[in-house]
Amino acid sequence: MYIKQISVFLENTKGTLHEMMQLLGEHQINILAISLADTSGFGIVRLVVKSDDIDKALKVLADAGDMARVNDVVGIRVPHQPLGLATVLGQLDAADISIEYAYSFCRNTSDDAVIILRVNDAVKCAEVLQAKQVPLVAQADVDKF
Amino acid sequence: MAIKDKIYNPEMECMSREELTKLQGERLAKTVKLVYDNVPTYRERMDAKGVKPEDITCLADIVKLPFTEKTDLRDQFPFGLLASPKEKIVRIQGSSGTTGKPIVSGYTEGDVEVWTEMVARALSAAGCTNEDIVQVCYGYGLFTGGLGAHQGATRLGAMTIPMSSGNTQRQIMMMNELGSTILMCTPSYAAYLGESIREAGLVPGKDIKLKAGVFGAEPWTEEMRKQIEELLGIDAMDIYGLTEIGGPGVAFECFNKHGMHVNEDHVIAEIIDPITEQQLPYGTPGELVFTTITKEGQPMLRYRTHDICTLYNDPCPCGRTHVRMGRITGRTDDMLVIRGVNVFPSQIEGVLVGIEGVAPHYVLVVDRVNHTDTLEVKVELTEEMFSDTVSHIEKIQKKITEQIKSVVGIMAKVTLVPPKSIPRSEGKAKRIIDNRKL
Ligand SMILES: [Zn+2]
Repeated sequence: MYIKQISVFLENTKGTLHEMMQLLGEHQINILAISLADTSGFGIVRLVVKSDDIDKALKVLADAGDMARVNDVVGIRVPHQPLGLATVLGQLDAADISIEYAYSFCRNTSDDAVIILRVNDAVKCAEVLQAKQVPLVAQADVDKF
Repeated sequence: MAIKDKIYNPEMECMSREELTKLQGERLAKTVKLVYDNVPTYRERMDAKGVKPEDITCLADIVKLPFTEKTDLRDQFPFGLLASPKEKIVRIQGSSGTTGKPIVSGYTEGDVEVWTEMVARALSAAGCTNEDIVQVCYGYGLFTGGLGAHQGATRLGAMTIPMSSGNTQRQIMMMNELGSTILMCTPSYAAYLGESIREAGLVPGKDIKLKAGVFGAEPWTEEMRKQIEELLGIDAMDIYGLTEIGGPGVAFECFNKHGMHVNEDHVIAEIIDPITEQQLPYGTPGELVFTTITKEGQPMLRYRTHDICTLYNDPCPCGRTHVRMGRITGRTDDMLVIRGVNVFPSQIEGVLVGIEGVAPHYVLVVDRVNHTDTLEVKVELTEEMFSDTVSHIEKIQKKITEQIKSVVGIMAKVTLVPPKSIPRSEGKAKRIIDNRKL
């Protein structure tokens, strides 16, 4: 039901993101979605890759001395049009689910937009979305992108 | 807890603080008179400060006395600091020193007796009785470790094996054949012995009968204690001493393993600010200073160890009333003065160790920006600290910042750096980068 997200700690120095992307690319790992959170002191890169690439990516990152971890995030499919995402967020808001962060896929196989949500309560969020018939995007769906 | 802590001299070790303070004052006054009358160095220094022996009547008067440094022992080598005539001296112990002249200390019969009891107290706290077999693997010789341990074990009536240091195979053979129950050596050698025993296919608890170890003569950590205890299947106890003050046994751990009780009926321990030289209260880290109050051969007034540690006076469940000293966490040379505040890297380390999920791998970067000192604490990220959300990481960062502020009194900038990016090194890690150009 969820999407597996890889988060990687990034030191706040020049070129670290490039280095990481270069490294993953050299190992033939394609990034399906990416978001970079930066603070004044450090950064966190969040990535979504195909299922087959998850363990490989973790190993490549660990070998390079990077701190990485995997966690579940919610994927939703929303109409690619004005208010497409806003409608869903309104529903989540009404259900008291707060969004920690959100980002979208670089591309996917449908005309809809696919948004990744990190929420405070993923289980409740999925329930709300299912009740509202918002299409969820799981890791298995991501593999077909 | 396998060991049975037995208090060797309850009258002295459990004396009320009030009585102890009185006793220390009396013994201090006696010591001051002894050195003033017999040691020119002390007399000159006291005269220079305008202090006479009669000005020292109680413990609080100690702050009037001048300090003694290691250089004094070198300058006065070999007999310049003796307070008793040479014919009263029955023993010389010393340390070679890596450069220049060695330092030596002369012991009267009474001094050897006091030293012996101090080690006996330490061993007794580790559960040693006359039923034990004590294997001493400290070097015998000028170094105080071997003979000090030997005398203490013999005092308790234990079967004492003077193995001295080295020849690990023989150590293990004797330990196995004789069934040694208590080990005395340096903590690093204990760990090495533990590994060698396992490599030899011997099983602690079966082939090796050790139940406790009393380890000292070098700094070690809680991590090492755990390692040694697991390797040898024993309780590992800390013992502290220095040749200048009388050898091992100056302080030792009870079964609570939370700091070493200082044998305060024989030595006065003070913590001072190394720069202002003012006494600091219990619980505050600073430089450890010792004054001997029963030594006759070569007494020491306010001997500056340049070691950083903390004294604790909260009551100990073991019943001993003597204050406890924490581990030596550094040297005064490591101290930083930031915005006029003394900062010891060990304080920062203490904060990091105390926060769950945070590892004590850090570097302090000091700089001066717009005439103001800045302190940056670079801390290695751990699995537990890392998360996909910024807020989680910032929360830990904030916690570290707040605790440093409360312990050290300085607002530091806490920067997280990737795991294993701070170089590990044995012993002296490079933990401070001072970029201030003064
Ligand atoms: Zn105790």
